[in-house]
Amino acid sequence: MRFFGEPIEFDKQAGIGSPVWRGRAESGAELQAFAVAAHRSGGRLAALWGEDRRSDGEGFRLHAAFGLDMGHAWLGLDLPADNPAYPDLAGIFPAANRMQRATRDLVGIAHEGGPNGGDARPWLRHGAWPADWFPLRHDSGEGREFSNSPSDYDFVQVGGEGAHEIPVGPIHAGIIEPGHFRFSVIGERLLRLEQRLGYQHKGVEKLFVGRNLAEGARLAGRISGDSTCAYAWAYASAVEAACGISPPPRALLLRALMLERERVANHLGDLGALGNDAALAFGFAQFMRLKEDWLRLNGRLFGHRFMMDRIVPGGAALDLEAPALAAIVEQCDAIGREVKELKKIYDEHAGLQDRFVTTGAIDADLARELSLSGMAARATGLLLDGRCWRQGYTPPPPWSALGVRPATDERGDVAARAAVRFAEIFESLRLLRELAVGLPDSDLRVEAPPVAGGQGLGVVEGWRGEVLVGVAFDGEGRLARVHPHDPSWQAWPALEHAVMKDIVPDFPLINKSFNLSYSGADL
Amino acid sequence: MIPMLRRILRSGIVSEPPPETAAEREMARLGNEILRILGRALTIRQVDAGSCNGCELEIHALNNPYTNLEGYGIKFVASPRHADLLLVTGPVTKNMEHALKVAYDCTPDPKLVVAVGDCGCNGGVFGESYASCGAVENVLPVDVRVPGCPPTPAALLQGILAAVRR
Repeated sequence: MRFFGEPIEFDKQAGIGSPVWRGRAESGAELQAFAVAAHRSGGRLAALWGEDRRSDGEGFRLHAAFGLDMGHAWLGLDLPADNPAYPDLAGIFPAANRMQRATRDLVGIAHEGGPNGGDARPWLRHGAWPADWFPLRHDSGEGREFSNSPSDYDFVQVGGEGAHEIPVGPIHAGIIEPGHFRFSVIGERLLRLEQRLGYQHKGVEKLFVGRNLAEGARLAGRISGDSTCAYAWAYASAVEAACGISPPPRALLLRALMLERERVANHLGDLGALGNDAALAFGFAQFMRLKEDWLRLNGRLFGHRFMMDRIVPGGAALDLEAPALAAIVEQCDAIGREVKELKKIYDEHAGLQDRFVTTGAIDADLARELSLSGMAARATGLLLDGRCWRQGYTPPPPWSALGVRPATDERGDVAARAAVRFAEIFESLRLLRELAVGLPDSDLRVEAPPVAGGQGLGVVEGWRGEVLVGVAFDGEGRLARVHPHDPSWQAWPALEHAVMKDIVPDFPLINKSFNLSYSGADL
Repeated sequence: MIPMLRRILRSGIVSEPPPETAAEREMARLGNEILRILGRALTIRQVDAGSCNGCELEIHALNNPYTNLEGYGIKFVASPRHADLLLVTGPVTKNMEHALKVAYDCTPDPKLVVAVGDCGCNGGVFGESYASCGAVENVLPVDVRVPGCPPTPAALLQGILAAVRR
């Protein structure tokens, strides 16, 4: 299979996961040409990461995954052991910027050239380790000997009369993850926002190295706690593709059920928090009440309020009996009624809509340019949902049989992101009812025997957007390299753009309307 | 306005009394003790020093109407300078080590530190590494530990109250 008339030959990844095509670029120029063709056809840069393969007698490998109409094109580019480098892709896909810098910080693979000579600033490396030490190289050792010396960061300066900066973070004012925001303002008008992240970097990718599949699953479920089911499924799917197995049908539907419950829980919480940030405490109290009801049923049925560790390679770790499924259907009806009532109140509340409408707007062109995925992309009108049929794309089971209806809204503002959340709650409740009454009888889990040298890519449409996990086994069937990719990588830069027409006091509301993961992207 | 009022009336007051187990009857008593001990409300500055955000989800749940933390005279504040207690989730990343120490220094004495979650208590699945200092106690003196992945809202409440009682 070839794409866009480019010379790279692709083979379809085995198994029943999201459609993935694997190919190898022969040179940096070939990779660059493919990226240009993918960009021209409206494709996205889905993820980019590096791998040290010197222990196999090779050099390094750069991985790039592109989101295309028919699924994901997963491209590898082999690089020499000495001075591994590849052409900068940030001039084609701006989303490459931070991923390339992280790849250089962690693996020591450099991007060359690029806009304005390329962005040489470190991204995840703040000063806890030296610039010539790379944690994901197999011969790097543990790296615990370095002294921790926080570094300065070269923020872009905005000049002019009256322009000044407001530094915020890394510790923010609420109960939220850490990151630094540098606002350039005139009065209360926002001119520019620049983010500096990486404060949550806890060395997750290095921890995967040498682990067995079960240990890897536990870690994958803790990349971003609010998306634990999405990550556990994407990891399991990658492992299953690498092992050449498929999970049993019942397990697949149980996974979908957990993923939709995770989506509803997060959307309920966000709608409450959006009300709160627009000074409607009523909305906060009501939605947090509903979310608590939702989580309590999770706790009762799954033994964990966020369903951590319930999706495992080969299937699911937990089954649901008939009474549990009946409780789910009953709760969907009850919550659906209440959310419908609250939606009407939100829609008709003048004070709330005054804050929501036109605030923090981005359009579909920008979303496409930034390779945005998920809820925030759909709120600009892009029909992009890994669970839904679209021109040229067939969703993987179980979605293909469920006929998921995507929620979109063309406005691209806070109001649109709230509206998409409401619509997705109703659709998820419908799916949950269907899943709960349609679970087939089958095994819950099959063995996942690791294949030496096997590789796989798993893709799951989480509540925030597209979660990818790339997996590679070593010669003994242990994990050699795992790269989890959060949709927040692409969405953080979108937030930088979304605030530009607004005022400083609107930032918390705009930020909440995206609700991005720090931990997921800082790794 | 009328639909909102109707909704509020129909929801009623859902705040629950602390669960009726022996350990948690203690909590109810402690809740009353807070005002006596502190002579005022307890203020908390939450610091995420490297968590996966799972602990934050449960800390948020403390503010829902079921748990109703403010009903105990406890509230979250925006600055460590206004806080009596630091509620710290971990593991403490190397990149957050400095900011966490600054937040601690900015908190007026006497102050309490509660380490939250398995990661905050012992490093959890992330442990100590080139990027992680591990447990909160490797960076700050810790008064109370609340294990769990993540700890439930009830466990968090119990931990906060236990710290106050010290």
